[in-house]
Amino acid sequence: MNLIVNGQNREVVAETLAALLAELDFQGGWLATALNGDVVPAGERDRCPLAEGDRIEVLSPMKGG
Amino acid sequence: MLELYGQNLSSRLLLGTALYPSPAIMAEAIKASGTEIVTVSLRRETSGGKAGGQFWSLVQSLGVRVLPNTAGCHSVSEAITTARMAREVFGTDWIKLEVIGNHDTLQPDVFGLVEAARILASEGFDVFPYTTDDLVVAERLLDAGCRVLMPWCAPIGSARGPQNTGALRSLRGYFPGIPLIVDAGIGRPSHAAAVMELGYDAVLLNTAVAKAGDPVTIAAAFGKAVEAGHEAYRAGLIEPRDMAVPSTPVIGMAAFS
Repeated sequence: MNLIVNGQNREVVAETLAALLAELDFQGGWLATALNGDVVPAGERDRCPLAEGDRIEVLSPMKGG
Repeated sequence: MLELYGQNLSSRLLLGTALYPSPAIMAEAIKASGTEIVTVSLRRETSGGKAGGQFWSLVQSLGVRVLPNTAGCHSVSEAITTARMAREVFGTDWIKLEVIGNHDTLQPDVFGLVEAARILASEGFDVFPYTTDDLVVAERLLDAGCRVLMPWCAPIGSARGPQNTGALRSLRGYFPGIPLIVDAGIGRPSHAAAVMELGYDAVLLNTAVAKAGDPVTIAAAFGKAVEAGHEAYRAGLIEPRDMAVPSTPVIGMAAFS
């Protein structure tokens, strides 16, 4: 299935958000995720199904002013 | 003592974590400043979580509170989604709310800001709005549920210092019980002292420290300036006069001719 992850087109086999993070080697309890503009809490990623063309954001703590 | 959303704080300086020459210098500057609150952001992770994890571990090791921001958001929906994600990652209800309205000046979109503040406050966020020095906007933000205001004194990163002292003074006069933090535009310790002398409760800085020749030394200098300005305000400053007034007693002067 084709998804847009952090603005880039990705072809993946994962069918849930949790599986997608594992497949793309995203690790860490500090990651935040959103699916099509809606926040998906960490505890709900394994129950969050993905569909063709979904837009996923994976964010991480970063310096800021 | 400064109180922000129920938290008592000894330091009146809030410091950003961006633009430093290195993470080590950032850490040393934070320690030297005496700050208890640093601002952080959320950005797309590009290295599987490692870059963000290292930064977050370093910040956590410093023992300070974090104030996540919504920097770079140009719409209400972007800011709200970012705030919700920040709450999950950083484990805090605090959010420095930025809704940017102009690319060149980084001036806040105050209409979007009020709208986003209302929504986030209703969701239990403690909103720190990055706003202008406009009095009516400040009133709207308080109506929306903000209990802290963070007006700029000049555009972000400009280092110009207070551009409209009269407007800053008006905010202080109208909202005596609301914590007021100058966020953005400070370039020098004397600028920080100047706004604190107006009765502001705290100052939020980043560029003026991170881009200085020696960020660690100037961080300490800003800490002292903020404290000096605050103590001066509490002490009560004399008003300027047009003419000279001798400080040494005139009575009792010798007559030599």
